[in-house]
Amino acid sequence: MTPAVSFQKLSRHFGSVRAVDAVDLDIAPGEFFAMLGPSGSGKTTCLRLIAGFEQPTAGSISIFGERAEGVPPYRRNVNTVFQDYALFPHLNVLDNVAYGLMVKGVGKAERHKAAEEALSLVRLPGYGARRPGQLSGGQRQRVALARALVNQPKVLLLDEPLGALDLKLRENMQEELKSLQKALGITFVFVTHDQGEALSMADRVAVFNDGRIMQIGTPEDIYQRPRTRFVADFVGSSNVLPPDFVQRYSGQHRWGSLRPESIRVGRAASGEGVAARLVSTNYLGATTRLALDADGLKLHAVVPAGTALPEEGEAVVLTFNRESLHLMDEPA
Amino acid sequence: MRSDRSQSAPVSLKIAAACGLLFLHLPILLIFVYAFTTEEKSFVWPPPGLTTQWFAVTWNRPDVWEALSLSVRVAAISTAIALVLGTLCAAAVSRTKFFGRETISLLVILPIALPGIITGIALRSAFALADIPFSFWTIVLGHATFCVVVVYNNAVARFRRTSGSMIEASMDLGADGFQTFRHIVLPNIATALLAGGMLAFALSFDEVIVTTFTAGQQQTVPIWMLEELIRPRQRPVTNVVAMVVVLVTLLPILFAYYLTRDGDQIAGSGK
Repeated sequence: MTPAVSFQKLSRHFGSVRAVDAVDLDIAPGEFFAMLGPSGSGKTTCLRLIAGFEQPTAGSISIFGERAEGVPPYRRNVNTVFQDYALFPHLNVLDNVAYGLMVKGVGKAERHKAAEEALSLVRLPGYGARRPGQLSGGQRQRVALARALVNQPKVLLLDEPLGALDLKLRENMQEELKSLQKALGITFVFVTHDQGEALSMADRVAVFNDGRIMQIGTPEDIYQRPRTRFVADFVGSSNVLPPDFVQRYSGQHRWGSLRPESIRVGRAASGEGVAARLVSTNYLGATTRLALDADGLKLHAVVPAGTALPEEGEAVVLTFNRESLHLMDEPA
Repeated sequence: MRSDRSQSAPVSLKIAAACGLLFLHLPILLIFVYAFTTEEKSFVWPPPGLTTQWFAVTWNRPDVWEALSLSVRVAAISTAIALVLGTLCAAAVSRTKFFGRETISLLVILPIALPGIITGIALRSAFALADIPFSFWTIVLGHATFCVVVVYNNAVARFRRTSGSMIEASMDLGADGFQTFRHIVLPNIATALLAGGMLAFALSFDEVIVTTFTAGQQQTVPIWMLEELIRPRQRPVTNVVAMVVVLVTLLPILFAYYLTRDGDQIAGSGK
C-alpha cells in the first residue's frame, strides 16, 4: 500500500541548525499519527514540510506516492489546522470555511452549502454569519477544522491544535477529533508536545528530539518499551536507570527504564529491596507522587491515593517486579 | 463639546477650550472672509465691502488652473508610486528576515526625519549631476521620497498586527500568491493604505521646500500662492484658491473618516 506521507532521508537545515535531520518516516493512509517532542525538536518543521511551507534541504518527501519537493502549498491536497487557527478576521465564519472552495472557483451557492455542512460536522451549525472575533477559543478551533475539512484533503495536518484550550475543552476536543477522524477516514498528522495527548489520541507516535526520530511505535510501545533514555524520560517521565544499577537486577549492563507506578514503597524494616530515602510527597488527587533518593539515584514513584506513607525524610525500601524493568536499546 | 454628557467641566476650562479652538480655526475663517473683500491690494479689517467677483476672476485665471492641475497630478502620481513601493517595502520588512533588514527600515524612514531642505538640495544636486532637466517628473520624484515613508509606516504597522499564518492559511487552502494578496492581504491592509495614501496626498499637495528645489519653471499651488502674496493686485484670488483647496481636501478626509469609522468592518470582500 502506498503510504499517505513518506519521508526518505528528509532534511531541513536552517544555516547550521539541523531542524530536521535525515528523517525516514512512513505514515499509513487513514492513520492518526502523532509527532511528539519538546519544542525545537523538529516536529513542526516536519509538518510544514508536508504542508509545503518549507522545502527540504535534502532527501525526498512524497504524498500518496507523488513527489512533493518544489510543489507549492496551494497545489497539495493537504490542509492544515494552525496553532493560532489563522482565521481571516475580515470574513465571516461561513466565508472563512468556504474560502478554499472560493479560490478554486466553486459557485457561491454550492460553496456556502458545503461550508454549512462542514460547520454542522464540527457542531457549529448556524454560526456562519458571525465574525471570528465573536467566537470563543474552542469555537474558533472548530471553524479552523471545518475550513480545512471542507476541501476534503487527503491528509489533515494539525499543529498543536489543542494547545490554547483549557483542560476540560481539550479533553472534549480530543475525543471529538478522534471520532471525526474515524468517521472521515482521513489521515491525520498531529503535532504536540503533550505526551498524554499523543498517547491517548494517536494510532502511532513518532518521538522527536534534535531533528531526529527517536522512536516510532504504538502508544503502548512508546510508553512500555522506550528504546532510549530520552523517550523514557520524555514520554511519561519514566525512571531512567544507569547500566550499573540495571546489571544488579537483570544481569545485563544496559540502560533500563522503570515506570513510576511499578515501584512499591515499603518501610525500611519490611524486607529486601533497594534502600532509599523518601525526599518528598506530592498529592495529585487520584495518585500521590513520591520523590526518592536511592544512594544518589533520583527516582520517582506513583502510588494510589490513600496508601499509608512513611514520613518525608524517612528511610524506605523499594521493590519492583523484574518484568517491569525494561532494558533499553541505547548502548551503555 | 460633549461635556454635557457627564459631569459639567468648570467654566474656566470651557473658556480655555473655546479659546484654543478659536485660535486654531479663526485664521482659517479670516481667509474665507478675505475671499469676499472688495479691497484687492492689501488685507484690511474690516473688509470695506463684500463681493463675489473674485470667484469669477479666479475661474478665468489660467495660472490658477495650471498650478492646481500640476499639484493634483504630482500628488496623485507620487501617492500612487508611494502606495506600490511603500507596501512592497513594508511587506518585505515585516514578513521576512534578511541581512540588513533594520538598516533598510531606517533608510526608508530617513527622508521624513531629514529636514526638507536637505532632501531638496540633495535631489537638486543629484539631478544636476545626472544631467536630468527639471520637469514634472523631478517634482514627483522629490515628493515620492517622503510619500513612501508615510505609506510604509502605515502599512508596516498593519502588517505587524496581521498574523503571518493567515497568509500561509490562505496558501494552504489553495490560493496562489495573487489570490492571497487580493482576498486576504489587501482587505486587511486596505484601511492602512487609505490612511497612508491620504496623508501622502495631503503632504505632497502643500509641500513647498522640496518642490522649490526640484521644480523648474512650474508652479504647484503652494508655490503659486507664495508668489501671489508678493503681487499687489487681485490678492483675494489667493484666498479663493485657499478656500477651494480647504473644501476639496476636507471632503475626502470626511469621507475616509466615515469609511474607517467602523474599524474592521470595511473593505470586506465577504459582503
